[in-house]
Amino acid sequence: MDDATRVEVAASLLEAYRTRQPIEPLVEKYAGLELDDAYAIQQHQVQAWLGEGRVIQGHKVGLTSGAMQRQMGVDQPDYGVLRDDMFYPEDAPVPAGIFLAPRIEPEIAFVLSRDLTGPGVTVAEAAAAVDFVLPALEIIDSRIRDWKITILDTIADNASSGGVMLGSTPTRLSDVDLRLAGCNLYGNGALVATGAGGAVLGSPLLSLAWLANTVGRHGVTLRAGHVVLPGSVTPAQPVRPGDTWTAQFAGIGSVTARFGQETA
Amino acid sequence: MSDWDIDRAATALLAAEDSRTDREPLTDEWPEMDLDTAYAIQDETLRRRLARGEQLVGVKLGLTSRAKQQRMGISSPLVAWLTDAMVLPAGAPVPQDLLIHPRAEPEIVFVMGERLAGPGVTAATAMRAVAGVCGGIELIDSRYRDFRFTMPDVVADNASSGAFLTGPVTLRPEGLDLSLEACLVEVDGRIVDSATGAAVQGHPAEALALAANALAGRGLAIEAGWIVLTGGMTDAVFAPAGSTIGVHFTSLGSLVLSGG
Repeated sequence: MDDATRVEVAASLLEAYRTRQPIEPLVEKYAGLELDDAYAIQQHQVQAWLGEGRVIQGHKVGLTSGAMQRQMGVDQPDYGVLRDDMFYPEDAPVPAGIFLAPRIEPEIAFVLSRDLTGPGVTVAEAAAAVDFVLPALEIIDSRIRDWKITILDTIADNASSGGVMLGSTPTRLSDVDLRLAGCNLYGNGALVATGAGGAVLGSPLLSLAWLANTVGRHGVTLRAGHVVLPGSVTPAQPVRPGDTWTAQFAGIGSVTARFGQETA
Repeated sequence: MSDWDIDRAATALLAAEDSRTDREPLTDEWPEMDLDTAYAIQDETLRRRLARGEQLVGVKLGLTSRAKQQRMGISSPLVAWLTDAMVLPAGAPVPQDLLIHPRAEPEIVFVMGERLAGPGVTAATAMRAVAGVCGGIELIDSRYRDFRFTMPDVVADNASSGAFLTGPVTLRPEGLDLSLEACLVEVDGRIVDSATGAAVQGHPAEALALAANALAGRGLAIEAGWIVLTGGMTDAVFAPAGSTIGVHFTSLGSLVLSGG
């Protein structure tokens, strides 16, 4: 795929954000789309966002569960960027109308105390770079119609990112076993899904190391103070306007996202 | 009129179990078999197990997840019997010919310190009767081909009981948050699923209370010293011969079970 086509695809995705009208799956229209093209399309959108004054505040890792990877027919995760305007405070409703087809995922968010530059980052270095973890809810969304995505579609679409809600109780890595930390996800008061941190690539720390090493190969460093969402502990759940979602984590605390009623 | 009755059904199910041969559901030939009859068959198979020297060691709950209850069209779990013949020793491989088509479920297990008699047992009062909590792996098995059954079929079949392993630590229940007690399930070293105790009827203590109240309806109680398997935290995972199932709990340690 030539760069002009990559720019064209990036523009169509940016247009989908503006119009809230999804586009057709990329792999149907662009038969030659490959992994490098998909990340380049994502990068073109990142450049556009930076040009609008947005700031990158971290990264997210997706496709981290065995079930999701089997469903997608892949054996690796993917990543996208977290912009400053994707972070929503816990005390205000999330405007539901800005998303196309939002879903929610409970995650254990890392906040970094120092830069992490791959490749060659071990789990030990990844753990040493974590300042603390926070309970988090990630809103994922797809600019591709009906979530009909392959790994290439979702990478081009910034790893199907939407928004982030962080809880406000920091926990040190030394105080919790992330692999065996339980998580209960409640939607409008009903238990909807449960899981353990190890559902994320075996350990969320492995996801952090994978991210550092993968972006490192493209010359990108994970920055001190940045947030890394390592992947969902349960399958993603569809969100409707007016919903309230709470994720409880053993030893890490809880976080709640309230969604506003849809606005015209 | 069907020529089936409680005796014949108990004989058929125990014969299938003893010969490791699956069969069609009883309701295929005996559609009138209702839940009360099914529990009577379950009790008759228990009576025969005890008569051949097995010891009653406790009860198990089945269908404790809301998803499974919705699939079966029921609103509460079912209760079945555990005998010492179903107990697996720790650290030994499971004999390949022990079961027909076993599937593994991670469970939170209670060891009762006091008798618990319904009706009117609540989750809070149920926990007062619990002396210890440990993790478990239950190998469920069905005498029915492809696990195809109706609710009365599975009740008659002792809730697909097979064999179970408990351990390695037994903790006092005080201070344990069983709602967030998590497990990671591995098959041959690959994580295949995870869940928490909340997946069991909202909380394993809710399952225990339901079991006590359900048994009261049959004139029975959960006795001191019994084991209670509270129900699968995740969907059952296939456990073919030669596979190794690992379950890692937040506070209740790790269990490994390997096929011979």
